[in-house]
Amino acid sequence: MTRYIIRRLLAAIPTLLAMLTMVFVLVRLVPGDAAMAMLGDQASEASLSALRARLGLDQPIGVQYLAFLRDMLGGNFGVSMSSGRPVLEEVARVLPYTLELTAASIIIGAIFGLPLGMVAALYRNAWPDYVSRILSLTGLSFPGFVSGILMLLAFAVYLRWFPVMSIASDNIVDHLRNLALPALNLGLIMTAYITRVTRSSMLNVLGEDYIRTARAKGVPPRRLIMRHGLRNALIPVVTVVGLYFGTLIGNSVLVELVFTRPGLGKLILGALQARDYTLLQGLMVIFASFVILVNILTDLIYAVVDPRVSYS
Amino acid sequence: MTAVTETIPARKPNVLLQTLNRNRLSWVGIGLLALILLSAIFAPLLAPHDPLQQNILNRLEGPSPEFWLGTDSYGRDVLSRLLYGTRVSLLVGFLSVLIAMTVGSAIGIFAGYVGGMVDQLIMGLVDVMLSFPTLLLGLMVAAMLGASLENLIIAIAITETAPFVRIARAPTISAKRKEYVEAGRALGFSPLRIMGVHILPNILSDIVVVASLWMASAIRTEASLSFIGLGVQPPTPTWGGMIREGFENILSSWWLVVFPSLAILLTVLALNILGDALRDAIDPKLKGES
Repeated sequence: MTRYIIRRLLAAIPTLLAMLTMVFVLVRLVPGDAAMAMLGDQASEASLSALRARLGLDQPIGVQYLAFLRDMLGGNFGVSMSSGRPVLEEVARVLPYTLELTAASIIIGAIFGLPLGMVAALYRNAWPDYVSRILSLTGLSFPGFVSGILMLLAFAVYLRWFPVMSIASDNIVDHLRNLALPALNLGLIMTAYITRVTRSSMLNVLGEDYIRTARAKGVPPRRLIMRHGLRNALIPVVTVVGLYFGTLIGNSVLVELVFTRPGLGKLILGALQARDYTLLQGLMVIFASFVILVNILTDLIYAVVDPRVSYS
Repeated sequence: MTAVTETIPARKPNVLLQTLNRNRLSWVGIGLLALILLSAIFAPLLAPHDPLQQNILNRLEGPSPEFWLGTDSYGRDVLSRLLYGTRVSLLVGFLSVLIAMTVGSAIGIFAGYVGGMVDQLIMGLVDVMLSFPTLLLGLMVAAMLGASLENLIIAIAITETAPFVRIARAPTISAKRKEYVEAGRALGFSPLRIMGVHILPNILSDIVVVASLWMASAIRTEASLSFIGLGVQPPTPTWGGMIREGFENILSSWWLVVFPSLAILLTVLALNILGDALRDAIDPKLKGES
């Protein structure tokens, strides 16, 4: 197992390097250059070259690239151009909000999605199946901000059950009330994904020989579904939740905007508006590293859950 | 030479029709899409008012016989703007997926056909592309290129190229071992010709099916980017942009966000329904899979 973990980690190194290279290229694809983008077209040549020198943009491209790799791999993401604080500090400040939202929506997705998907599979091509399929397809079709706005309109503006704007609060009840709508919003989209995967995965498993054998042996249906069916059907679900993690964080950007919640999303939008390229570059690297890490974890969980995956 | 071309097994069109008939929901998707497409084409005829005509006296009016879906904060007719907005959404969705599909499949077929180190290198890059969340990548690219229709299409196309590389590569690898490809090689056809004339037509159906699902995603991304302000710039009406403007008055004027939201939802839903049904039609193995 240890060897498998080490091998999986080693395999991530080229991915990490390629990702860093891509961020490097992307940032340099800005029309003009980063200095011009930050200072605008009207900036004087002197202030432009001063900024270029500060950003290291006057160096040869190879030197810039190596310096970039050294900084990023050393965890030195630089200083935000707009706030003057280290990028890592900026991210650390808002990351808990985004993680909290993401975790809550995955939990909500599992609570609703697993039973819905199972019922759909067990009643294949009957009305519960159709209802769950239409519901999940609708959930998949919602851009996160659209469902967010509609929920905000219904539950905060008209019914007044929840606050329209989240205000930071140490009170746990207020905190949960602030979290409820955004988490429910992303949670319902997550439910749609989990329902879909659970259904197809369950259908696959129910067609397997060992289920037929167990049924022939007289295993009671409830035990058959929970122990023999669901346990095996969960494996692809874990993978999909892992794969969807990046999308979920992407969606949280817009949801944070709609619900005026602090988090990575607001940080990114702020960086875009201020044309803060060091912050953007750092955020891109941190985001993508996060997704790569979650992919590794997903593979490892997969290996633990599924005894058929060989570690060698 | 034509003999080789003629032996390419053609898919019978009635299989497609049969599957669509079996899945009755798919006709709902097709019907919805037809309506949306028609309203985009005939927007100038259908729109009761000029979508750009401001009338400050009529600002923020609720739905009424004169303005069926109400007016916005500049007194512009929401229904007319919604109809014209269809054009932007469909155009961006269609063109960005067309670009992503063309570029992505070309790279995917190439990688699958050539194999070896080149293949590994390309797939490594594809994995990296996929490790950036679609929306974030689109956001970054759109922000760096600047907000305009062309840049929006390019940004979305870039985010959706990687999946097409994957989709085109896998069937290419299995098609490469088929007799008709070996026959072509034995006849001394150039690799370019084999890839273009013999492999592409056989994997095209797989690619087109996935394209309809990605077009749904592209329209969602377009709406999201427009909502942030990185889409087609005002006063051109776009659904995401309308929601962005309406969001400022959400406490008083619900119609400004609800109708464009429904338009986005219905369009994406229709494409998803159709994509699902088509996927079932093309590959019965995948039936019901996500």
